[in-house]
Amino acid sequence: MAEYSVLVGGQAGDGIRQVGSLIAHLFSSLGYRIYFWDDYPSLIRGGHNFSIIRASDRKIGAYTETVDVLVALNQTVVEKHASKLKPDGLLVFDSDAVKANGLGLPLASLVKQAGGKPIMRNVAALGAIARTLGLEWPTVRALVQAEVAKQTDLNLKIAEAAYNQAGAPRLRVEPLASQPLPLIGGNEAIALGAVRAGLKLYIAYPMTPSSNLLHFLAQNDQELGIVAYHPENEIAAVITAIGGAYAGTRTMVGTSGGGFALMVEGLSLAAASESPVVFVVGQRPGPSTGLPTYTCQSDLFFILNAGHGEFVRFVVAPGDPDEAFLLTGLAMNTAWKYQIPAFVISDKNLSEGSFSFEARGDEVTRQEPLAWGGKGNYRRYERTVDGVSPLAFPGRQGAIVKANSYEHDEYGITTEEAEKTVEMQDKRLGKRRYLVEEVERLKSVKVYGDATAATALVTWGSTKGACVEVAEDLGLRVIQPLVLDPLPSGQLGAALAGVKRLISVENNATGCLARLLACHGVVANDKILKYDGRPFAVDDLRKRLGEVLR
Amino acid sequence: MSELQLGTYAENTWCKGCGNFGILSAANEAVKTLVDAGTPLETIVLASGIGCHAKLVDYVNVNSFYSIHGRVPPTITGIKLANPGLTVIGHAGDGDAYGEGLAHLIMSAKRNVDVTMIVHDNRVYGLTTGQVTPTSPVGFPGKSTPRGGIEEPLNPIELMLAAGATFVARGYSVKTKELAALIVAAARHKGFAFIDVLQPCFTFFNTYQLYNSRVYELEGHDTSNLDAAHARAREWNYGEGERIPIGLFYKVEKPTFDQRILRGKVLANEREVPDISGMIKTFA
Repeated sequence: MAEYSVLVGGQAGDGIRQVGSLIAHLFSSLGYRIYFWDDYPSLIRGGHNFSIIRASDRKIGAYTETVDVLVALNQTVVEKHASKLKPDGLLVFDSDAVKANGLGLPLASLVKQAGGKPIMRNVAALGAIARTLGLEWPTVRALVQAEVAKQTDLNLKIAEAAYNQAGAPRLRVEPLASQPLPLIGGNEAIALGAVRAGLKLYIAYPMTPSSNLLHFLAQNDQELGIVAYHPENEIAAVITAIGGAYAGTRTMVGTSGGGFALMVEGLSLAAASESPVVFVVGQRPGPSTGLPTYTCQSDLFFILNAGHGEFVRFVVAPGDPDEAFLLTGLAMNTAWKYQIPAFVISDKNLSEGSFSFEARGDEVTRQEPLAWGGKGNYRRYERTVDGVSPLAFPGRQGAIVKANSYEHDEYGITTEEAEKTVEMQDKRLGKRRYLVEEVERLKSVKVYGDATAATALVTWGSTKGACVEVAEDLGLRVIQPLVLDPLPSGQLGAALAGVKRLISVENNATGCLARLLACHGVVANDKILKYDGRPFAVDDLRKRLGEVLR
Repeated sequence: MSELQLGTYAENTWCKGCGNFGILSAANEAVKTLVDAGTPLETIVLASGIGCHAKLVDYVNVNSFYSIHGRVPPTITGIKLANPGLTVIGHAGDGDAYGEGLAHLIMSAKRNVDVTMIVHDNRVYGLTTGQVTPTSPVGFPGKSTPRGGIEEPLNPIELMLAAGATFVARGYSVKTKELAALIVAAARHKGFAFIDVLQPCFTFFNTYQLYNSRVYELEGHDTSNLDAAHARAREWNYGEGERIPIGLFYKVEKPTFDQRILRGKVLANEREVPDISGMIKTFA
């Protein structure tokens, strides 16, 4: 098995994410499958930032704690991470800033001599790493030319100087036979899935880890044929999305837990007015501000229960960008098919991480919702067998379209009559039966590893990356529900057949998925939980699993 | 005037003597005037918040979104972003617009969203049976302030001028003809048009006598002069003051938010989705 892990660290402002991304692309261009974690605190200058790039000949979705190459742009990186270097690993450092044993190169001096800015130590580090890994200079040159848009020639000069000074290669990274795959972030995959399913208006207030979903859509608005809008707060975001949906436009909002708290009032409005809106909630540790730039999976019950009143919602939890792309498209189409709010639950690990991407762009298509035929008086909330009323939008000749937050009659006029109240609540809640049937027809639970193994890990979201790899190595089963509401109990039951021991693995402190399953009569025998803001590492999970199975 | 019937079967539940009747009548006259002049009825959309004012949308047979408290500005912004060809008129109360949703009101004025915002300003919470609002006078004996309100009232005309609204007016629910004309002018204005409508609450804050004796029509006022508009707005600060001007304080043409952000798109009409395979390749 060909596999390499590189950790590159420095402080905020050192361009760590950029060099991390360049290294990831370097491996990716050689046919490797990539997982990329960017670890940074909530600040703009100073602090301790690092990126972990893991490259493998098989598809991966997690990092390992131990690394093959450690790159230190300051002393803190050595202090914090030297113990994670494999015995035969290599420490590369800027000898102008760091005292250590290993391959020291005067990166700061190199940059200065070339007439570069201090941040360009990052491309110098890239040159040194590439040489260390035994990569040919043309590969590095092509990468810098493709990925570094500003001052490309100067950056190339610096990278080449470091490459030439790095001495003989220490490792031999061989190109793989497999075709290189695109390297994509979770938020980008969410954005593209939504766009392919007809998103036209994205509205969001910045909040990590969903801010770069807003940035990506704003930067690519013309190419993607959408409008991205950043209003005064999350309340305005969700209400504007509801107004847009009422008038016939596919809208989506994105935020994290704290911003979603502000949107909850609007969620109830979406439910009462039967406005289809997609909510993307990128989780991070709470309560409250918590750890803004780290990862967590602790908002499951918040999302499942948010909003006053009882209503139907659709909730998906992708675990990698392929799933994020497909499931966001599904969420958008489902929201419009049933005229209900839909959720895409992500987390910082998926949203801001980068992964090799296999899905094809045309795997998501926009599906037409039920449209009004134009006969008779239009009734926005017409009662039908499945509870779904035909849609017309303001501007449609012959239709008066009345949406309402109050309980209302079929026409949309407020009512407080007992009988009508029951009729309309039954109409809305009646959709659930059809949604459940549809969820059972979809691939809504995935099974990995040995599908007959008696010991199974049950997990959700991005934690599946570490689980799948460990389970494949140890001959265990992994069960990952992709849809969390309505929970596909039929498919889940089939996935659990023959399981004697069920272990929930989650990035939270209380076992949210295990608690949800318990509500459905499925009890996990053990829980392996991690709630320090960092995702599971493969080697760490293997160790903790060993303790549980001992 | 057209024979357009705008009523619905909904039972009207406003109190006898409620100022909302005058606003409803003026709003309906305004819709008829717009339709007579060529605006298709189906392209007019009303929205309301929550409170006595909000029942208006149930009484009018026009497209509407009966939204929630304080959130009328983002509701109508969303409608306008989806389809800029619609004529969108929002109704809100004073607790609604100046209390719960003040940030939205200010930001919508600042952006110059091309919508009309009519605030039914009775200076009391009616539907929750009589508490102070941001425009209640000092000393107002509301149920949440039994010893009298202790806060100075907000002057929404000054606030909207400062926020950048491009059409700022005050109406009086008794003067329905003038109010209807203001609503028509507001709806035709390209940009954020704001009308604060003085509306007596017959049950909890009966201001008929006060307004009837003090209200006067702005005349000879230069509506293009922002300083003059501020000066006229200060004539009455929703508390003391002998004379209460009504009419148009300020009007200016500026690029609208929807024009700028949409760049000619009508999102509601777009069914095509882009081929993203080229973009995915660029991630490699």
